[in-house]
Amino acid sequence: MDMSRATFEKGPAVSQDKTIKMASKDVTVHYGQKQALNGISLDIKERQVTALIGPSGCGKSTYLRCLNRMNDTIDTAKVDGKILLDGENIYDPDLDVVELRARVGMVFQKPNPFPKSIWENVAYGPKIHGLAKNKDQLEEIVHTSLKRAGLYKEVKDRLDEPGTGLSGGQQQRLCIARAIAVSPEVILMDEPCSALDPIATATVEELIDELKQNFTIVIVTHSMQQAARVSQVTAMFHLGDLAEVGATEKMFSNPDDKRTQDYITGRFG
Amino acid sequence: MASHIVSSYEDELKFIVRRISEMGGQAERMLEQAVTALVRGDTALAQSVIADDVILDAAQREVDEKAIMTIGKRQPMAIDLREIVGAIRISSDLERIGDLAKNIAKRVLAVHNHAQPNQLVRGIEHLSELAVDQLKDVLDAYGARDHERAITVRDNDEEIDAVYTSIFRELLTYMMEDPRNITSCTHLLFSAKNIERIGDHATNIAETIFYIKTGQEMEADRPKKDRSATVTQKSLEEAAEGTAG
Repeated sequence: MDMSRATFEKGPAVSQDKTIKMASKDVTVHYGQKQALNGISLDIKERQVTALIGPSGCGKSTYLRCLNRMNDTIDTAKVDGKILLDGENIYDPDLDVVELRARVGMVFQKPNPFPKSIWENVAYGPKIHGLAKNKDQLEEIVHTSLKRAGLYKEVKDRLDEPGTGLSGGQQQRLCIARAIAVSPEVILMDEPCSALDPIATATVEELIDELKQNFTIVIVTHSMQQAARVSQVTAMFHLGDLAEVGATEKMFSNPDDKRTQDYITGRFG
Repeated sequence: MASHIVSSYEDELKFIVRRISEMGGQAERMLEQAVTALVRGDTALAQSVIADDVILDAAQREVDEKAIMTIGKRQPMAIDLREIVGAIRISSDLERIGDLAKNIAKRVLAVHNHAQPNQLVRGIEHLSELAVDQLKDVLDAYGARDHERAITVRDNDEEIDAVYTSIFRELLTYMMEDPRNITSCTHLLFSAKNIERIGDHATNIAETIFYIKTGQEMEADRPKKDRSATVTQKSLEEAAEGTAG
């Protein structure tokens, strides 16, 4: 019996030949004495969506925060191992962290626009990174970013109004516009839809689908259905370990690891 | 397998699986009774088989409804999703088996006035024994989620096909011998064909069990011994000459 045939072999295949955008090797994280990640080795391929799933406390957010050194901001956190972005070690002491975070942007669980106008929210990043030579260029970056985030039509007549006045879903798309305004290569999303209603969630998911043409996306989500819908690769974390990683279609239809099976079907582990 | 955290989800899945088993038992009984009615010319039994079909139809609708409701409510993943999709498929196969048994029962009413050649009726009885065994085996395989056993069931279907082909030839020979046999032989032929189709549904169920358990499809190529589609008068004559000479 040929057991090697994939369950959905006729479905859209996950491209195996994509370049590795970020490579992790034996990444461990300690918060003080407590070890949160036990040696994660995971490759993130470019221009596709990688979903990180797993029960609370499994280390998926910790891992995500390693990818743009957000854990640096936590005093007790200690990261070991190697994380490469296009082959370069991002934990190299000579590396400019601000520049890294421009290349690897982040969108958080709760929309967190700056208490400034919509326009300012998007223009802020390009301004501090000196991405625009003049005002016209800056204007164009703001407009393009809002368009790519699918927000432009809704806000084009009120760009000078505060970003905090938008609805939750619009705020989250504003944060995505803000993240893509600095032309990142990778976008990290930490449960970007958990505070949104189903319609806003659908809009953001549609956006993620479009963004993957140009960006590499890593998303942490607690919604199995969301992971199944938006990602091409899914990595299952469990108690600080990488339990299983594979094509999303396979992971949600016929996972190999019992921990994945129990988690996605809602069983006791 | 560990239980679901949500116990009502667990109950829904168990309900669907239990219903399928009940439907299996019902389908099996209908087939046995239909063939008994045919062999004995028992029209009362045939009538009761015809009446029983609505039970199976209703059960299938119920399984479908519950399955769709569970998909909508729980968004099942992986093994659970396969269980539910499998239940939808199996209930539809079992419902078809019921229809085919009912069709045999209807023919009992049409042929019971004609004398049936003994060996022909025995041939059909034998064919139905094989089909009932297949059905029993496949339902046991479903109960145990035993995909190895499901493979055996599928492979055994070729025996049904082979017996069916020989009944087909025999019936043709009788019809050629005496045109007055044509009416009853045609009914018997359809009955035999129905039983052969029931075997095919058992095979479908076996394939579904394999899918539920493994997440893979069974290999497509399997031996086929139903050659009735290629039987011609010439081939019959040649076969007859072969046995005579």
